[in-house]
Amino acid sequence: MNADPAIDVRNVTFHYGQRRALNNVSFDVRTGEFFALVGPNGGGKTTLFRLLSTLVPLQQGEVEMLGFEARDHAGEIRARLGVVFQAPSVDQKLTVRENLHHQGHLYGLGGHELRQREEEMLAELGLSQRANELVEKLSGGLRRRVELAKGMLHRPQVLLLDEPSTGLDPGARNDLWAFLERLRQSDGITILLTTHLLDEAGRADRVAIIDEGALVALDTPDSLKATVGGDTITIETDDPRSLAADIKERFDLAGTVIGDSVRLERPDAHRWITELVEAFPGRIRAITLGKPTLEDVFIARTGHRFWADGAALDDSDARSTIVS
Amino acid sequence: MAHAIADSIDSPHSVSRGRAAQVIGTLCWREWVRFVRQKNRVFGAIGQPAIFWVLFGAGLGPTFRLPEEQAASLSYREYFFPGTVILILLFTAIFTTISVIEDRREGFLQSVLVAPISRWSMVLGKLVGGGTIALAQGLVFLLIGMTFGLRFTLLSLVLSVVFLAIAALALTALGFVFAWRTDSTQGYHALMSVVLFPMWLLSGAFFPAASGWLAWVLAINPLTYVVAGFRRLLYVGVDHPPLPAELPSMATCWTVSLLFAAITFGLSVYVAGRPSSGNLS
Repeated sequence: MNADPAIDVRNVTFHYGQRRALNNVSFDVRTGEFFALVGPNGGGKTTLFRLLSTLVPLQQGEVEMLGFEARDHAGEIRARLGVVFQAPSVDQKLTVRENLHHQGHLYGLGGHELRQREEEMLAELGLSQRANELVEKLSGGLRRRVELAKGMLHRPQVLLLDEPSTGLDPGARNDLWAFLERLRQSDGITILLTTHLLDEAGRADRVAIIDEGALVALDTPDSLKATVGGDTITIETDDPRSLAADIKERFDLAGTVIGDSVRLERPDAHRWITELVEAFPGRIRAITLGKPTLEDVFIARTGHRFWADGAALDDSDARSTIVS
Repeated sequence: MAHAIADSIDSPHSVSRGRAAQVIGTLCWREWVRFVRQKNRVFGAIGQPAIFWVLFGAGLGPTFRLPEEQAASLSYREYFFPGTVILILLFTAIFTTISVIEDRREGFLQSVLVAPISRWSMVLGKLVGGGTIALAQGLVFLLIGMTFGLRFTLLSLVLSVVFLAIAALALTALGFVFAWRTDSTQGYHALMSVVLFPMWLLSGAFFPAASGWLAWVLAINPLTYVVAGFRRLLYVGVDHPPLPAELPSMATCWTVSLLFAAITFGLSVYVAGRPSSGNLS
């Protein structure tokens, strides 16, 4: 394993016309790491993905991948990089094998080596039986496997995946993660994926949370969860806004309104359950106690930021609905 | 670069890039496979010009007269023939370059754009693929013309194939430039109706023009020289060929056609190398 980062992102800012999609984002991904980039849709992670995949050129800031500056050495990076886009990139009018064959040619593979590699990837992803079928005849889950086979065909050192579990059922999603984990073990590959599913991101080594173009958190899932003030109490109620206000007045506890519930974080959360139920008889439909999740981290990080800006509870409410 | 060590032989990762010939070959082959699997495209590209040729030949034939005495023997069907072949090239070029828009929409283009290949080889792969399909269709129609009584010498056929290959490449490149900048097939169809089809109409393919503003439009239209060059090549080795007197010389036709192909190819590489907002959708 290499001590140098596989991906080094420094002060990257990106605009689409007037709109700022990324604001001074910096982070690194270690060699051999399984790294998840999470955030709500429209938060900037797809823009970051396009920059990392060399699909769009950098505007401000630098990206270094495997020791090569993206600005001047995109070709070097491309040769070592596997990319699985969210939008399908397979040619539907070609068979599975033909798709792999063309992909191999674009990466300089040919002859016996390419045929052998095709068979390996087909077998690895359970596509051998379907190799000669047109991709348009395959189900969504199988097409995604073809995408993976395409991205891995040339044995990249870094694999980028944009929302790879979109459109997959839970079983297929598990298979995907098991496959990626296996790849990492066998090839020592560095994996970066984006997802808007926070529970899924929890399986990665480290998680970067991107919101409104800025990096709001970066650490291991456990460390991130530990930063939340303790366990969470979720109270389901008919009028969450007034209940949150009353809790604030009575106990001086700041709660977050999410949908039709109020969420509180307390180190001694279990002690507060009886306290709260007795204090507000008839107003609580259900009350649950839970360990902090990455969703709590997200709410905590983005929520605090809004409070720091002097915005009221209303704003955090609007933010929270995005993840709920 | 210190990290180049990571690419040493014992690494499970390989580092290689698509060589230009390999990239051009594979993208060209892909065009052919897609073309053959979409049979309606074959009928679309040959059918309409063939119908034009037969119907206009029959309808306009009795009233068509070239002003010169030497060309008086030329029937309209024969006059219209070279233009019809060029129209087939144009239609096929349009149909194959529409796939640029489809490739983008279906996502295939993304994976090509992040592959370690040069942009010009990607463009040339697409153009050679589209161009050879167009050329093949043009040649099929040339054979159809022979069954209708048109006669060519061997030399004329060989030169025609070379000339049509240049024309096919130029027209495919022209279509590529438009397609790359267009984000929907509907938008491309509009361009086709307003720009590409009138360009053909005003190329001397459909009617000659010896004077007036039409003659000027014809003179600045590069397609005029493509049609005229092919028209001349059809009569290589024939004494007193039935050609309109105002037709540009053979040398001019070759020069303009080659320039036309070089410029449209250059433009294709140029537009494909620029960041396109279409790549972001």
